Amino acid sequence: MRYLPLTETDRAEMLALIGAPSIDALFVDVPASARLGAPVALPGDASELAVERRLGALAAQNRAAGSGPFFCGAGAYRHHVPASVDHLIQRSEFLTSYTPYQPEIAQGTLQVLFEFQTQVAALTGLPVANASMYDGSTACAEAVLMAARATRRGKAVLSGGLHPHYAETTHTLAHSAGVETHRLAAAIDDEAAVLSRLDADTACVVVQTPNVFGTVTDVSAIAAAAHAVGALLIVVTTEAVSFGLLKSPGEMGADIAVAEGQSIGNTLNFGGPYVGLFACTEKLMRQMPGRLCGETVDAAGKRGFVLTLSTREQHIRRDKATSNICTNSGLCALAFSIHMSLLGGVGLERLARINHARAARAKAALAAMPGVEILTPRFFNEFAVRLPRPAAVVVEALLSKGIVAGVPFSRLEPTAGLDDVLLVCATETTTVEDIAALAIALKEEIAA
Amino acid sequence: MSMTAVGRPTRPEADSDLHPVAAFGKGLAQDEPLIFELNRWGETGVDFDLDGEDDLTCRDLAGLTRSAAPVLPGLTEPETMRHYVRLSQKNHAIDLALYPLGSCTMKHNPRLGERMARLPGFADIHPLQPISTVQGALALMGELAHWLKTLTGMSAVALPPKAGAHGELCGLLAIRAAHEARGDARRTVLTPTSAHGTNPASAALVGYAVREIGQTDEGRVDIADLAAQLGPDVAAVMVTNPNTCGLFERDIVEIARLTHAAGAYFYCDGANFNAIVGKVRPADLGVDAMHINLHKTFSTPHGGGGPGAGPVVFSEALAPYAPTPWLTFEGDRLALIEHSIAAAAESQGRICAFHGQMGMYVRALAYMLSHGANGLRQVAEDAVLNANYIKARLSGVMSAPFPEGPCMHEALFDDEWLEGTGVTTLDFAKAMIDAGFHPMTMYFPLVVHGAMLIEPTETEPRGEIDRFCDTLLTLAGAAKAGDVERFRSAPVAAPMRRLDETAAARKPRLRWTPVDA
Amino acid sequence: MRFTKDHEWVDVSGDVATVGITAYAAEQLGDVVFVELPDIGKIMKSGEAMAVVESVKAASDVFAPISGLVTGANTVLADAPETVNDEPENGGWFVKIKVADAKEVDALMDREAYEKYLATL
Repeated sequence: MRYLPLTETDRAEMLALIGAPSIDALFVDVPASARLGAPVALPGDASELAVERRLGALAAQNRAAGSGPFFCGAGAYRHHVPASVDHLIQRSEFLTSYTPYQPEIAQGTLQVLFEFQTQVAALTGLPVANASMYDGSTACAEAVLMAARATRRGKAVLSGGLHPHYAETTHTLAHSAGVETHRLAAAIDDEAAVLSRLDADTACVVVQTPNVFGTVTDVSAIAAAAHAVGALLIVVTTEAVSFGLLKSPGEMGADIAVAEGQSIGNTLNFGGPYVGLFACTEKLMRQMPGRLCGETVDAAGKRGFVLTLSTREQHIRRDKATSNICTNSGLCALAFSIHMSLLGGVGLERLARINHARAARAKAALAAMPGVEILTPRFFNEFAVRLPRPAAVVVEALLSKGIVAGVPFSRLEPTAGLDDVLLVCATETTTVEDIAALAIALKEEIAA
Repeated sequence: MSMTAVGRPTRPEADSDLHPVAAFGKGLAQDEPLIFELNRWGETGVDFDLDGEDDLTCRDLAGLTRSAAPVLPGLTEPETMRHYVRLSQKNHAIDLALYPLGSCTMKHNPRLGERMARLPGFADIHPLQPISTVQGALALMGELAHWLKTLTGMSAVALPPKAGAHGELCGLLAIRAAHEARGDARRTVLTPTSAHGTNPASAALVGYAVREIGQTDEGRVDIADLAAQLGPDVAAVMVTNPNTCGLFERDIVEIARLTHAAGAYFYCDGANFNAIVGKVRPADLGVDAMHINLHKTFSTPHGGGGPGAGPVVFSEALAPYAPTPWLTFEGDRLALIEHSIAAAAESQGRICAFHGQMGMYVRALAYMLSHGANGLRQVAEDAVLNANYIKARLSGVMSAPFPEGPCMHEALFDDEWLEGTGVTTLDFAKAMIDAGFHPMTMYFPLVVHGAMLIEPTETEPRGEIDRFCDTLLTLAGAAKAGDVERFRSAPVAAPMRRLDETAAARKPRLRWTPVDA
Repeated sequence: MRFTKDHEWVDVSGDVATVGITAYAAEQLGDVVFVELPDIGKIMKSGEAMAVVESVKAASDVFAPISGLVTGANTVLADAPETVNDEPENGGWFVKIKVADAKEVDALMDREAYEKYLATL
């Protein structure tokens, strides 16, 4: 078998050296009642060709986003990833290496993490960033727990613009850890409503910008109000490209910034693996979950990098750890960092401007349409529209014309009473032809 | 005829009894600067595709934009390739040599998985595009779920968890929900002293108090201690099997029986599933919930620390509490239940956005399909064989805390044999680096002094295993002969010498800043 | 000076006790990188977790050896945690506690008893 190098001769000789009569003799501690006498009822081994045919057939049943006009966003974004990124992350030394616990032979990984942390700090405008979380939603949940620990308070207020998946994930984790979450009703443009629930037991308020409806908000006033009562401000960003153009969370007074980094370096992948960005103020550094890479020197005085402040983590603190996290999103963080190194700050800004320009054109095309109402007052590359009938129905209709028109809000939250709201996203991969096709098809559908 | 009589040596002199395989590019690039030190401020290495009518002024966002572009350097493609290729050469990896990390299962990563994961039909699909356009993705998830359930004998599986620890959290949330559903909320989780740190950390995260179960002289769970500690306040017993000492818990069926009799659930940490996959089904041992590290047993790449994936298999009793989304049928089409409604009304809720680690599912399924049921069974057999072979070859020199009987997929040694040499487990490990091998897992499990845990996996050829053992025996001999300096100063052949972790922790420098010279 | 089995020391002067960790404990920990101290004004109960001392490889809880009100915390440790390694039983003190019950102090080991105890470990 192509992945199993031992030969029958090897096995016989090795057993002889061990002094065991058979391999099954090595399984002697397994209770007889639990020993399987034969392979389980699943297909036998297969050649590469056979596996490719099988999985290729499954892949062929899926409609790739790039195969036609495509306007889905809502937390995952279709961007162009330069060819060199994917090439580099497949290098053996990056792909098949382990967590850098032996820093002397992992300086490649560690230096990348140090560069990544520096990039995330610059993008979020906060000085301390970790080496990545699983994704934006778990980063958001962990940020709430961190705020509860740091303030020693038990309540979190989540805005009505926070992505429903993020709100639910945060609630699941916070609830289990004994932190109350208060989630406001879905609202297109009211991040500041979180202030209405502020009290002496509020550990943090969680706002999102651009929010799930695409709305961009300056949250500086929210920061000031939260701080006035000793609560922390957590700012969530699901579209990392927006960091190239919009005011950073740090600039607006955030204590903790969390984001989904997928947009930079990572493809859609049906929802995962993604990469969570997590940054905070200096003061909160030791409360931070996840891995941290720090600079130091070696015995010869050369600069090097190591994982540090790990005593907060599970393998040492165990039941008193800041979290239970063991992995970061290593390879996805590498992809992010490589793409970000290619872009540079000016490149990310340019990319962001192009994204906004395309979305603005899409909005203009739709705004002109009778029956379509643009709901988002200020947007980056995504906006919400109200349609004259359920958005999910419209999406299905346009699908039969080869267009994926966007994400119906009801898919994210069926009970919000916003069934007629569609989230439309455009990126640098969206062409004018795509926008024209969307406009024509939508006009036809509404008129029908 | 005249011939120059002055020749040059064409064969290097043998300079040591060790022949490192991994030279770490030492003869090539040495110190690679940070991207912030390459003088690429204000530049970019990406060309953009502009349409003539794109309005880049973004006037409608006035007042909301940052004052300047992020201050980060941009490298052209040639610079980028050099930077990262040079950095990569400072890393050790499975593709270079046997990576004996106990409890990590560092096996070969089949490149077929990489090819399959990059098919546009898997890589370029959005989690929220219409369900009718992703039937193949859902079918793949269903197929993976079927393999995981069949291999474990369990009734249900939750695919969403993004890592093993995330899976533990998920499993414990289900257990908590199950108890609350029957009005029997409990406060405590029991876990052995040898447990991996994520076990008590996960339990604490879910609001449980953690108590430890003792260990016998044979390195296994102390049943008497377990029985004494079980009571109406215990929600779950979390056990790793095979355990972190590399041993199969002989009394596991009894452990499960006692746990159930006390009204608690039996959570199994599946990190060591590689030892028993295809040979034993956890359901037959009485397990109620178990996470499976796809990046261990099913060889999705470790990627320098992630991403992982930790789906959790559940018994019928715990299945209703699995996190959303649930895979289901709507007529003859596959669909997802994404909210806690209908069949998923009692779900613990969402534990992450979207649907889980699809990229890792593709790789894991490619691995499973390649091996088949017979191949997976052979994986466990060869993994256990390789570990026992190493144990047999090294036991004459290195002391083992639990020498009786076979080990499973990993062999555990302690540092008793180093007593009096002045060489610690850490020193020994660093000397392995000079010999071209990544050290084994050190100082884990905590219950053994100076622990050295070696897991070869099944993808190692006999020659590599022998080379590994020969190397360790040579090093052991050197330690016992009193060559302390070699160990204390190690590593000397790696890209870096030992690093000052104290300085890193006392004055943390976690990003580059311009004042750095 | 009095000692606990958890390797804390207590040095009483008047009704204020200075508390720290012993040289043995500091050595076991290795290089101390960070110390987390309780807030002044906190009321401690004997045996309650009072502080956390972190080294590179370990993080240990320090328990209140006696009950009382925290009246002082050693701010030197914030910038110079290595003081705990250099002067564990002197400049590396952790907190000052106003003694609630002098009998608790008497119940602790004296140095001779502590050294005997160390020998058994």
